Amino acid sequence: MKQSTLKLSSLSHKFILALAGLFLMLFLSTHLLTNLLMLTGDSSAFDQAVEFLSTNPIIKVVEYVLFAAFIIHIIFGVIVWLNNNKARPVKYYVASGSETSYFSKFMIHTGLIIFVFLVIHLVNFYFVKLGLVAVPEYASDSHDFYAMAVVLFKEPLYSLIYVVCFIFLGFHLKHAFQSAFQTLGLNHDKYFPAIKVISTIYALVISIGFSIIPVYFYFFH
Amino acid sequence: MDIKLKIWRQKNASTKGRFEDYDLKDVSPEMSFLEMLDYLNKQLIEGGKEPVTFEHDCREGICGTCGLYINGRPHGPLTHTTTCELHMREFKDGETIIVEPWRSKAFPIIKDLAVDRSAFDKIMHAGGFINVDTGSSKEANAIPINKKIADRAFDAAVCIGCGACVAACKNSSAMLFVAAKVSQYAMLPQGKVEAADRVQRMVEKMDELGFGYCSNTYACEFDCPKGISVEFIAQMNREFISAKMCSHKNH
Repeated sequence: MKQSTLKLSSLSHKFILALAGLFLMLFLSTHLLTNLLMLTGDSSAFDQAVEFLSTNPIIKVVEYVLFAAFIIHIIFGVIVWLNNNKARPVKYYVASGSETSYFSKFMIHTGLIIFVFLVIHLVNFYFVKLGLVAVPEYASDSHDFYAMAVVLFKEPLYSLIYVVCFIFLGFHLKHAFQSAFQTLGLNHDKYFPAIKVISTIYALVISIGFSIIPVYFYFFH
Repeated sequence: MDIKLKIWRQKNASTKGRFEDYDLKDVSPEMSFLEMLDYLNKQLIEGGKEPVTFEHDCREGICGTCGLYINGRPHGPLTHTTTCELHMREFKDGETIIVEPWRSKAFPIIKDLAVDRSAFDKIMHAGGFINVDTGSSKEANAIPINKKIADRAFDAAVCIGCGACVAACKNSSAMLFVAAKVSQYAMLPQGKVEAADRVQRMVEKMDELGFGYCSNTYACEFDCPKGISVEFIAQMNREFISAKMCSHKNH
């Protein structure tokens, strides 16, 4: 059968969304491991990691893939949401009483919160590195993310927003991880229950892992 | 038992609908939900009023014709039960029961609680069949089929096409229905031959008819009266990926 290559089916949209999402989850894991180095007592281990990530040529290439993954995930997520909104023009009078994957209902909402956080995060760190935002006076150079983070984490409002955003990211990931496997056709009664458990564990690890860093710096540093 | 009913009334697809309230007395707990509606309609007709239009046929849970959204769930509060198999003993005396039609852009309302589900027929016409030679029927056991695979195909084939999956899904997605049909054929030797074309054609038709995307919310599995698993959606996703990756450009 002949089909336009430009017109993607609903399934193709979902596959691309899932693949981009899985890549972003891999990125989150490495980002968390790097950030946890801030808890080692001083900045040296974290600074070494930043130095490696800023200079390694392979990481430079992966950075472009990462941007592409973010853009694709956001655009395709919005396309899916827009199309889904059109599919039921008249809503039910009684709210659904069906048992469902709870957080799946709020993916666009949690996604929007994460997007807002991402913009703040880029302005605070990545844009400084690129020279688009001035280096703060307490940072030694544009790569001194440790000093930038410590000062920000000392601000109660920033730390609160940071933690709240990572709680919402956890909600997003709890559904997203197992959902990506389902979308890619990897659901089998042999292993899918384990994927669902891993999905919850992954969401908790990311959410708690990132959140303990501002909590540590605010209360104990 | 006495019940209060809040039922969606709509003259046709182009007019605006509204809920109407009915007090129904002396309902027997042994009545099926459809018999209760028959009982209501008898009273409406005797009172010179327009009866409530709803769909029904076999009334034994196998034809897929009846389908009402009752108190926030397709086919009502029980799992693995069609509306016709639901009995009034599942409701409390004095309870208010809210009855709505399936809500989906792809299932326009014909009248009151009856919706046009011919979109499912169109999806089936697009690929939900196997091409066979005409003539006398073949020997049933000529092609050996592994019992486990035959059973699995049957698990998908129990779909009655009622549309509860679409009604339950927050996106009005028809993925469980299409997945059941795609998987049923793809697992059996007779259907494997055309599997790659079938999945692409059926998905294309599903999209064209305005059904939503699958969000893996799994409400469809929960509300399917035949308990069809979302594993079949994953199977269809595999079939689709494989068809897209492996089929030739002009096929």
